[in-house]
Amino acid sequence: MLEEFTWPFIVGHLNYWLFIVLMMTGLYIVVAKGNLVKKIVGLNIFQTSVFMLYISMGKVTGGTAPIFPIDLNIDPDVVYSNPLPHVLILTAIVVGIATTSLGLALIVRIREEYDSIEEERILEIEQAIANAENQRHGQAMGGRAT
Amino acid sequence: MLVTTAITVVRTRSLFAIVMLSGVFSLLSALLLVTLDAVDVAFTEAAVGAGISTVLLLGTLALTSRFERPVRRSPLPPLIVVLVTGAALIYGTMDMPNFGSPEAPAQTHVSPDYIQRSPHEIGVPNIVTGILASYRGYDTLGETAVVFTAGIGVLALIRLLRRRRDGEGNTKEGASLMRHHLILRVVTKLLVGLIMLFALYVQFHGDYSPGGGFQAGVIMAVAFILYGVVFSLDQVQMVLPPWLVHKLVALGVLIYAGTGIYSFFVGFNFLDYSALNPQHPEHGQHYGILLVELGVGITVTGVMVAIYYAFAARPPILSDEEW
Repeated sequence: MLEEFTWPFIVGHLNYWLFIVLMMTGLYIVVAKGNLVKKIVGLNIFQTSVFMLYISMGKVTGGTAPIFPIDLNIDPDVVYSNPLPHVLILTAIVVGIATTSLGLALIVRIREEYDSIEEERILEIEQAIANAENQRHGQAMGGRAT
Repeated sequence: MLVTTAITVVRTRSLFAIVMLSGVFSLLSALLLVTLDAVDVAFTEAAVGAGISTVLLLGTLALTSRFERPVRRSPLPPLIVVLVTGAALIYGTMDMPNFGSPEAPAQTHVSPDYIQRSPHEIGVPNIVTGILASYRGYDTLGETAVVFTAGIGVLALIRLLRRRRDGEGNTKEGASLMRHHLILRVVTKLLVGLIMLFALYVQFHGDYSPGGGFQAGVIMAVAFILYGVVFSLDQVQMVLPPWLVHKLVALGVLIYAGTGIYSFFVGFNFLDYSALNPQHPEHGQHYGILLVELGVGITVTGVMVAIYYAFAARPPILSDEEW
């Protein structure tokens, strides 16, 4: 396994590894942090690094941006980078911002209901509500369940 | 630099700084995308990431709170999860082709086909636009619909309470907020027109140079948002009333789907733009792409402005000590 790690191999894969590091940073923010706005930012970082991973797969060494000369006189020697990932990611970015804003709108509503955007605090309040409900139901059942 | 920015985001507690850092992150990634030849994508990322999403995040902060409270849980379990996932992903890259290799599987299947056929079949210099609007027109229609749905979702979530509080008037303070910033106001007045002009250029020149409906829509929305931020919400709503924005959101999707439906009414496939000019299929493609991109642009502008209105119109319920 180790003999695979030649210099060209490392240089050729460094881009993937860097994007994975970025992705994991984003994932860590989403999982470990309690603040909802920060979670969204983490999600954005994750998303952007996935975008860059895709685009970097479409890059061809010595290639140029996939736009022909305006008169469509195409020089057959010019190498163009792969336009397909560009299309996919282009639309994904705009869809991403639309979904992000949906998430932010949810946060605003959560804040109005719970007066907090910290995950722990929200869970506490939920717990309190659930306990109160249990209590009520228990009393309705004749006070046996508490 | 990107990694540094991301790690700073993990460590910082002031949400305001985090929002700014996320803008910086987007801008840096846009630069990286340019070096990777993805000019269209970089364009979108810069406009969306550094422009709109920063404004929206700030809008959320204004409505919520500004600082993060420290978490009491131990950060160890998430860290382990993240490291294991990362290791698995890196293990996955072992079989990946080298960066920039022309023999990579991604380079050898459909893409050469697209690159070779698009000049004859579509006749649009920007291959990205050609694929986006023509070869993969269905996907783009779907994505426009997703943007549309998200816009509706945001409106449904946070526009409800607005009517009730409308009468109480926080209009006065909003208008006076920026009154003292003379330079800002003058510069904005100059810039808004130019931004709109640029948006239109990006919209209609998308076949020839980087750009297209998505970018143009975002840039157009930025013009309105800038005006709204510097002057006031009421003034921008005088120019572009909310009801009109909501109609625009639907109109864009309608133009897109309508183009497709028209093409099968005259006997072609759905979204086959040759229908628009059967004698010259290439010209038909051209018109089709223009129409479809226009639809995308209108929807994206509409959704972004509508979302901004929804956030900005909401009266902040902040307690003082949080600011």
